[in-house]
Amino acid sequence: MIETVDLSKEFGEFVAVRDVCLNVPEGEVLALLGPNGAGKTTTVRMLGSILKPTSGYARIAGYDTVTQAKSVRRVIGLLTEFPGLYLRMKGLDYLSFFGELQGMPKDLIRSRSEQLLKRFQLWDAHNKQLGQYSKGMKQKLTLVRAMLHDPLVLFLDEPTSAMDPHSAKLVRDSIANLRRERRTIVLCTHNLAEAEQLADRIAIISQGRIIAQGTPAELKQRLLGDPLMEIRMAGPLNGLVPTLGAYVHVVDYGLDWVRFTVPNPAEYNPKLLNELARQEVPVVTLSEVPRSLEEVYLRIVETNQLDLEFQPVGEVK
Amino acid sequence: MAVQTVSRVEHSILGNALVITRREMRDSLRDWRIVSPIVILTLIFPFIMDFTSRWATNWVSRFTDPLLVERLNPFLLMVVGFFPISFSLIIALESFVGEKERNSIEPILSMPVSDLELYLGKLLSSLLLPLLASYLGISVFLISRLLTTPRWVPPVDLAILMYLLTTAEALVMVSGAVVVSSQTTSVRAANLLASFIIIPMALLIQAESVIMFYAEYSTLWWFVAALLVVNVILVRMGIRLFNREDILSRELDELNLKNTWRDFKGYFLRPPELAAQRGNAEAARFDLLRIYRHDIPLLIKQQALPLGVIAVVSLIAVVMGIMLARQFPVPPEALPLQEITPDTFESIQKLQLLPRINTRFIFTNNVRVLLLAGLVSVFSFGSLTLLLTLINVGLVSFIISEVVLLGYNPWLFLATFILPHGILELPAVLLGLTFALRIGAAMVSPPSGLDIGQGVLLTLANFIKVLIFLLIPLLLLAAYIEANITPQIVLTFYAG
Repeated sequence: MIETVDLSKEFGEFVAVRDVCLNVPEGEVLALLGPNGAGKTTTVRMLGSILKPTSGYARIAGYDTVTQAKSVRRVIGLLTEFPGLYLRMKGLDYLSFFGELQGMPKDLIRSRSEQLLKRFQLWDAHNKQLGQYSKGMKQKLTLVRAMLHDPLVLFLDEPTSAMDPHSAKLVRDSIANLRRERRTIVLCTHNLAEAEQLADRIAIISQGRIIAQGTPAELKQRLLGDPLMEIRMAGPLNGLVPTLGAYVHVVDYGLDWVRFTVPNPAEYNPKLLNELARQEVPVVTLSEVPRSLEEVYLRIVETNQLDLEFQPVGEVK
Repeated sequence: MAVQTVSRVEHSILGNALVITRREMRDSLRDWRIVSPIVILTLIFPFIMDFTSRWATNWVSRFTDPLLVERLNPFLLMVVGFFPISFSLIIALESFVGEKERNSIEPILSMPVSDLELYLGKLLSSLLLPLLASYLGISVFLISRLLTTPRWVPPVDLAILMYLLTTAEALVMVSGAVVVSSQTTSVRAANLLASFIIIPMALLIQAESVIMFYAEYSTLWWFVAALLVVNVILVRMGIRLFNREDILSRELDELNLKNTWRDFKGYFLRPPELAAQRGNAEAARFDLLRIYRHDIPLLIKQQALPLGVIAVVSLIAVVMGIMLARQFPVPPEALPLQEITPDTFESIQKLQLLPRINTRFIFTNNVRVLLLAGLVSVFSFGSLTLLLTLINVGLVSFIISEVVLLGYNPWLFLATFILPHGILELPAVLLGLTFALRIGAAMVSPPSGLDIGQGVLLTLANFIKVLIFLLIPLLLLAAYIEANITPQIVLTFYAG
């Protein structure tokens, strides 16, 4: 649904984006992560046919972003970083304006607006001037605007940044719904927990280059190493560590617990459990120790090394 | 595969533009800061002007003929029309740069509308409200002057002129505001730059006022024509400038002299085909041989269009020179070619054709003209450079025509008085004017891949390069010939 090849953008001598290669299939949510000024917004603007690439190309739903810009803009919905609303307008009028620009018939604008405003709990305020909206309401309204024409692809820049937890959950649920409806979503966010929760794949951009991309699990494994497991016993270990060491790499242990890494838990964990059962060791739990995406992100961005090994096969050059 | 469920209606260019216009006009009508002055100027001010006119007429007629005061009426009519349109500038600045500042422009840029539709929509929204208010104001004033005593019935052409002038002026201000907006990212900076529109408009209004007091109304048609030309230039420039790329690329109103100098140096030093590659430091080196062998011939080749324009204007100047010579023939004593003697050039004023013969004077004069052409070109989008071409070529044509009218052999005159130095000087001056014209043209149509600022820098660097390495040597040689050899040739043929 989204395909870019060597997409680059220069502003004079400043290279904002260089050689970005992405391939986002239909129905996938891609989280585009990166520090401020990394090139996320410029990338999204190029994908949305707002800026022209200096070199390389991008296709959205099969349309070239330069030569078929109008078609691209018809199939995308863009939630910008700043709401930038017309404060003297009323909620419904605001949506009507953008609906008309999208070429939607008036009755359809009305019905879609009502449906979406109700979904995001804004219907009660549809006749109020936007100047009276709270920050979160404004953000929700811009999301409604982006979804109004039922776009195939959505670019969402910080969709929940100004929202209270309840509204943020509404938005996250909507994004999950959209994914179920096979909509393709590019999510730019600094909220790594949200990215991990919503995204099928993560792409990390720094200084204009995609320096890593893959599923959250892939990235964790490649950067933080094999999954970290923890096994807890009903009693003291009693010299069990050397036994475990024969199967896995023990990282740490305590009175009644051991942490270890395994390259492939699906293969090793059953063997390990069998061995422990054979030795009649009472196992209480065996679970993976959660490792945050934040850890991965910080490690990648701080080292800022382009490591081609992170690139999943078939996704990038 | 996922599909969009919404149906769509195809809009025309104007249809899409009007969607934007309607929204912006509604927005303007909700803003009391815009609405209240417009209402006052439309519905109250014309009555005050009507009262002023009647009161002044009645008062003056007690002492003398009220004709003088009646001249006030066209002026008041103009003022009544102009005041409401002065708001168009503010609305336009707010519409174009205000959206950028409030970050509300990006959602619109992501819509399936073209840059032209956006531009048109905003242009119309800035124009329509003040213009309608202005038409209403003029109409209110005219009707009230017709219905009250003493009556004033304006000539029909004056009334039409007022509507046209007002429209052309409003369009100049709005299209000028787009150009100003494209160079800034804040309304504050745009308001400062708006002086470039306000000052010329103020001067224009003063000039129109003077003409109205002299009742030379037909002259105002020239004003309308000139404003329409300016409008065409500004609208074309605005369409070029108002594009998504430039709107979003400009982040700060920053004047960085160091970068400007570095860019200029690069344009100057790089060969023309690589000049626009700002990052190419390798090609930016001084090579005198390359400049003469490659750069200058290529630069001249690249100026085909401005060179063509200069050629056409020169042709017009020649025709104008001939026509003016026929209209204003000089007496034979002004061109006493048969009286030229060896001491003629000692007392050159007697001939009244050549300046004081001196290499330095001639050279500095010619260089000054070219530098002036380059300078005024920037501020006039090249139009004043064309005027300089008209004056210079027209003068030569005028003199030769006078020579013909006085019965002298024009070919001999041309071969002796003009060609010896003119064969170098005329091409040099015309080339200089061509490169100067390109600087002004870059304000409207920057070279491909460059914005206006960079375009002006590049064309300026080209102008200076050609001036230093080609035109100055040519003009120096021409000045030496004009001061020392031309007089000898003239003497050989005319005094001999």
